Amino acid sequence: MTHTDVDIIQNRPISNAKLGVLVLLGAETMLFVGLIGAFLVFRMGNVNWPPLSLGDIQLPQLITGINTLLLLISGYTMFYSVRSIQQDRIWHHHVSLVFTWFLGLAFLVIQGSEWIQLIGKGLTLQSGIYGGIFYVLIGCHAAHVLGAVMWLSIVLAKSLLGKFCAEKYTGVETCMLYWIFVVALWPILYILVYLY
Amino acid sequence: MQENENLTHQHDENQKTDQENGDALQQSDEQNGDNHDTHDHHHEGFIRKYVFSLDHKMIGKQFLIYGLLMLFLGGGLAMLFRWQLAYPDITEDMAANLENVESRSAKPLPIIGASDEFLKEYLETGEAEPRTWADRMWLNIMESDGYEYIKLNLGFGIMSPAFYNMLFTMHATIMVFFVVVPILVGAFGNFLIPLMIGTRDMAFPVLNMLSFWLAVLAAGIMIAGFFVPGGHASAGWTGYAPLSANTDWTGVNWGINLWAISLLIQGFSSLVGSINYITTIINMRAPGMTFFRMPLVIWALFIVAILLLLAFPVLSSALALLIFDRLAGTTFFTSTSSGGGDPLLWQHLFWFFGHPEVYILILPGMGIASELIPVFSRKPIFGYRSMVYAMIAIAFLGWVVWGHHMFQSGMRPGMGAFFMTTTMLIAVPSAIKTFNWLGTMFRGSIRFTTPMLHAIAFVSMFVIGGLSGIFMANTPVDIAIHDTYFIVAHIHYVVFGGSLFAIFGGIVFWFPKMYGRYMNDTLSKIHFWLTFISFNCTFFPMHILGMGMHRRRIENPMATEYTQMFEGMNIFITMSAFTLGVVQLILVFNFFWSMYKGKVAEKNPWHVNTLEWEAPTPVPHGNFAQIPTVHRGPYEYSVPGEEADWIPQAQPEPVPASAGD
Ligand code: HEM
Ligand SMILES: [Cu+2]
Repeated sequence: MTHTDVDIIQNRPISNAKLGVLVLLGAETMLFVGLIGAFLVFRMGNVNWPPLSLGDIQLPQLITGINTLLLLISGYTMFYSVRSIQQDRIWHHHVSLVFTWFLGLAFLVIQGSEWIQLIGKGLTLQSGIYGGIFYVLIGCHAAHVLGAVMWLSIVLAKSLLGKFCAEKYTGVETCMLYWIFVVALWPILYILVYLY
Repeated sequence: MQENENLTHQHDENQKTDQENGDALQQSDEQNGDNHDTHDHHHEGFIRKYVFSLDHKMIGKQFLIYGLLMLFLGGGLAMLFRWQLAYPDITEDMAANLENVESRSAKPLPIIGASDEFLKEYLETGEAEPRTWADRMWLNIMESDGYEYIKLNLGFGIMSPAFYNMLFTMHATIMVFFVVVPILVGAFGNFLIPLMIGTRDMAFPVLNMLSFWLAVLAAGIMIAGFFVPGGHASAGWTGYAPLSANTDWTGVNWGINLWAISLLIQGFSSLVGSINYITTIINMRAPGMTFFRMPLVIWALFIVAILLLLAFPVLSSALALLIFDRLAGTTFFTSTSSGGGDPLLWQHLFWFFGHPEVYILILPGMGIASELIPVFSRKPIFGYRSMVYAMIAIAFLGWVVWGHHMFQSGMRPGMGAFFMTTTMLIAVPSAIKTFNWLGTMFRGSIRFTTPMLHAIAFVSMFVIGGLSGIFMANTPVDIAIHDTYFIVAHIHYVVFGGSLFAIFGGIVFWFPKMYGRYMNDTLSKIHFWLTFISFNCTFFPMHILGMGMHRRRIENPMATEYTQMFEGMNIFITMSAFTLGVVQLILVFNFFWSMYKGKVAEKNPWHVNTLEWEAPTPVPHGNFAQIPTVHRGPYEYSVPGEEADWIPQAQPEPVPASAGD
């Protein structure tokens, strides 16, 4: 029996695009493993955290906690939007995508204003390893959220133009995988950096 | 976010073919790797075909040329510092050295350095008649106003300690990141994976092209580092902090910045490449090509892609922190009075990446050897599955042994024992592989072709390198030999003796498929034997130097009394190293000459089973007229009762009820 190119492609259990994004997330995970590892080395090597020399710096735990909730909700709305398109409920799909987009943006705005306050209080990148690792680690995550929001903007635009339907939505799915990764990472960072 | 957009874009293309009927195939543009139609011979422009090519075979060849060019740069640097080791300066201070001729024992570099008589006369009298063009050049340079860096660090062709540090740092950096990985993974991976698993191209051709051009960008930045004030990075290829983190220590500023930035970009290139390889191998195998029917080199490349994917980002995180330290005033890797960072953190991050990296350097070589040895022994590979499991075991264990590079950096003795044990454990799968290669050759009808000679050299050199590894894995032994030439011997037996011989063998073996012609066999054989002999002359004595406590990164072995007795040996090594370097010109000449003038090769000149030989030569765009169906494993040579001593993977079983559908 011979095989045509088409049935070879159709027999794939998972599309190349989805698999590619999953593989990419493996690498992203290891990037954060490196940074979180560095954080833990510093954290566990210091009895006083933040170090006494920084004065009484206090990270905004409550606001960030609320921000964490926002991000978690955005994870759910993103997931919901894929569920809706699978079931051909385009209206739900659009609304939840728009919600997700705003939640992502809100997270960035709130975090940005936090940073401005912290810098005002004297916590900068140069404030020893405490300030350094805080801005690098949290900033690296924020860059990922920004990337995810930008990706989502493209997906949202395509979706509003009617490019996706119940048979064809891998573009939303790949974006969801990335989004969920960024969301799932955050509580770990919140607990380690803000609470521990 | 570049890759993500490409992924979504790619996805749309797939989607189209997923739903629509076969017509979509004919229309799909060449961005979609799966859907090349071999019959549409559109004529591509020069740029599309040779420069920004999307074809995996062309990208593979680009990586090969890239790697070979960088090999010569890296080798050239090594020859420069080898000269210094053979004829070192016995005074530390250049200025004093220039004034005090009597005490000067350093010899200027050959060819590009000033001649001895000229220099002597010049230093004595303040002027002299130039005897060679190099004399004239140095005279001009030394008497001009500019060129401060050159004057100080390479005046008359005698190098300063700082310059020596730069040379060995860049030698290793280039060899590891710009030669061995690009050739083994970039060139062989790209060329072989789609052909050997029977598909038309990589999963993401655009990403594939991106991967190559990112690597070019990285190389450009790395080379630019030689021309910045202060010289290039000189903290060793391992870039240990605080040496690398603080400009004050080495006096190098932009050199190390560019070094780090270039490696970050090279990391992106690897990332993109490994996403491509993993997706392609998981998703695009030909019908019947089950995982356990994949050739071992594909297994090796698959595992290496996973290692690269997971290891390189850790280095990237360390490099990012380093760049912040250097450019943004953080103190992650330097301890300061107000409680700064931790220099050891760099070592942990670096070696957590670094040990998987050294296996990235060898696994594809092992894969290539596993292809060549069965073909030229005309026997199935011994223990196919155990070969696969051994590679997987190596890849897993590779994550928990990084501490063996840090025995002397200060660690709890308990941790030392842990890392010692895990390191020793890694020798077990390595030994399994070695015995399997030997078992494959045992009582085979061995054909001593050039690729086979290289494969045998690979196995035997790897054994020597592996054995020296066992020595160093012993903490008590390593206390003595750490950072001596013993390490240098080990590195080169595994990376040159291992990976590079595999590369040479692989080039000769697949050349007929790549370029449709044979390489000249006489030249290949001469190249092999001269390389093999001069390689051993160069690196074997280094074991002895190491045992004599000859430090690894010392620019003047004559400065310490206990290494003065090694002067003769150092000169011998240097002469061998120069031979080794020059001999490689034979390879280059042969490579380019054979590309145009070599004997035209038939489709399957070595009688190999694997799918790449099923494709026509030269391999067209889209590889196969019809995607082959695989019916058997890759190593069915000399099957009893069969007429031919080889059965191609795509040959159906005589009884029609075949497996694989
Ligand atoms: C049986 C297997 C092996 C064992 C037990 C082993 C063990 C070791 C140990 C203990 C060291 C550290 C020595 C020191 O710095 O004091 C070392 C260094 C090194 N090994 Fe291996 N090794 C093995 C195989 C390999 C392979 C296959 C490669 C690469 C292809 C490799 C590449 C290197 C390199 C590049 C270094 C030097 C790193 C540096 O610059 O400090 N080794 N090895
Ligand atoms: Cu190691």
